[in-house]
Amino acid sequence: MSTDALRITGLSHSFGSVKALSDVSLTVPRGSFTALLGVNGAGKTTLFSLVTRLYSNVSGSIEVAGYDVRRQPAQAMARLGVVFQSRALDADLSVAQNLAYHAALHGISRPQARDRIERVLAQVGLDSRAGDRVSALSGGQQRRAEIARALIHRPDLLLLDEATVGLDVKSRAEVLALTRSLIASEGVSALWATHILDEIQPDDDLVILHKGRVLDSGKATAVSGQSGLTQAFLSLTGAAA
Amino acid sequence: MTARRFPAAAWATAFRGIAWRETLRFVQQRGRFMAALVRPLVWLFIFAAGFRAVLGLSITPPYQTYVLYEVYVTPGLVAMIQLFNGMQSSLSMVYDRETGAMRTLLVSPFPRWFLLGSKLMAGVIVSIIQAYAFLLIAWFWDIRPPAWGYVAVLPALVLSGLMLGALGLFLSSAIRQLENFAGVMNFVIFPMFFASSALYPLWRMNESSPLLHDICAANPFTYAVELIRFALYLQWNGQALAVVAGCLAAFFGAAVFMYDPAKGLWARRKERG
Repeated sequence: MSTDALRITGLSHSFGSVKALSDVSLTVPRGSFTALLGVNGAGKTTLFSLVTRLYSNVSGSIEVAGYDVRRQPAQAMARLGVVFQSRALDADLSVAQNLAYHAALHGISRPQARDRIERVLAQVGLDSRAGDRVSALSGGQQRRAEIARALIHRPDLLLLDEATVGLDVKSRAEVLALTRSLIASEGVSALWATHILDEIQPDDDLVILHKGRVLDSGKATAVSGQSGLTQAFLSLTGAAA
Repeated sequence: MTARRFPAAAWATAFRGIAWRETLRFVQQRGRFMAALVRPLVWLFIFAAGFRAVLGLSITPPYQTYVLYEVYVTPGLVAMIQLFNGMQSSLSMVYDRETGAMRTLLVSPFPRWFLLGSKLMAGVIVSIIQAYAFLLIAWFWDIRPPAWGYVAVLPALVLSGLMLGALGLFLSSAIRQLENFAGVMNFVIFPMFFASSALYPLWRMNESSPLLHDICAANPFTYAVELIRFALYLQWNGQALAVVAGCLAAFFGAAVFMYDPAKGLWARRKERG
C-alpha cells in the first residue's frame, strides 16, 4: 500500500474525441503542499473530477492514502477533502448548518459534528460567523468556510481547485497561508491547483500540467532551474504548444 | 472501512442530514409551502365547485355511492401536490448542480444510490407534510374520508411520492440548465396531470375519446392517483400498486444510471480548468 497521500498512475481521460488527460502520473507525498500548475484548459479540473469520482477513470489508477478510488471508493472518499473551483456552499444556510450537513454526509454523529465544527471554524478564523448565512460572508470568508467544511471529516488529503479565483490580493494571501498552516498543524497534505505562479514557493512540490500532459514535476526550485519559475513555465508550455 | 461496513448509525446520520437540509430549505422558502397548498385549493374551491353542476359522477370504485365532484377530485389534487413537489425536487437538483452543492453530495463516501435515494425520500417527506395539510383543509370543506383512510393513505403517499420524485430525479439529469425547467412544466407536468384520472374518471374519458382514454390508462400518474384514492377509502388496488412500484424502480434505476460517474450525465460533462 502506497504511503503517498495521492498517487496517480497512467491516467488518461477523453470527452468524445477530445483528449483531456493523457497518461498523467503524479504523487502528492504525505504532509506536502503540492502545486498543480497549468493554464486554463490544462486539465486540472478534469483531474480533480476523476479523483473525486465525479467522473469515472477507465484507464490508469488513482489512490488516495493507498485506497484505489475505483475499487475502494468509500475508503478513498472518506480520506479526501475537496474545495471545488466553483463555490459549493448552500448560500441560504448558515456556515454551521453547511458544515453540519457535510459532517452528516460523512456519517459523523451530531454531537461529534458540533465539536468539530467549533474547532475547524476556529482554525479558519470564522468562529464568530458560525450562525451567519453564507450569503452574508465575503468571498474570502466563503473560501475559508469551504476549507473548514473540507476539514470536518479529518481527511488525509485536501484538493483545492483554483481556490483563490475571484479573491482580492489580501483574501488570496489569507487562504493560501491558511492552507499552508493546516499542513503543519493537521498533518494534512494538499494538492493546490492554480494558474498563478506567485502562489508557489521554492520548497513546494510542483507538477506542471499542460494540454492534459505532465510536462515536469519535482521541487519548485528544481523545476525552475536557473531561469526562475516564470521563465521555466513559459519555456515548457511554449515548447509544448 | 467499505461502504457496506459503515455502522448503521452512520447511514442513519447521513440520511438524517440530507432530510434535514431539504426540510430546512423548505421551511426557509415559505412561499413554496403556500404555493404548494394554494394550487390544489384553487382547484378544489373554484374549479371543482364550478364543475360540480356540469359533471355528474355515477358510482365509481372505490366510492360506494354517488359522490360530489369535490370528493372525487381530492385524491387527484393530493397526487398533484406530489407531482409538483417531485418536479420541484428536480428543479432543486438542477439548481444544486449549477451552484455546485450537488458535488458536495456526490463526493460523500456513501454509495450514490443511497445518496440519491435519501434525497428522494427527503423530498417525499416534504410532500407528505403538504398533502396532509391539504387534506386537513379539505376536511373543513366537508371532504371527509374514513378516519382510518388518513392512516392507510400514508404508504400510498410514500410510494407515489417516491415514484414522482424518482421521475423528477431522472429528468433533472437530462436538464442541462435551470432555464430549461419551463419545458418540463409544459411537456411533463401538465400532460401528466390532465391526461390522468385526477380530474375525471377514465370511463368518462372513454366516452369522449377512446384514444385519450388509452393515453390516460398508460400514464403512470393515473395509477398514483388511484393508489391514493383507493387507500384513502380503505380499499386495495393491486394494479395501481404494481404500476407505481414498477415505475418507481424504472425511474430510480434510470436516475442512478444517469448520475453514475462512468455513464450518463457526469460522463458527458466537460469542464474548464
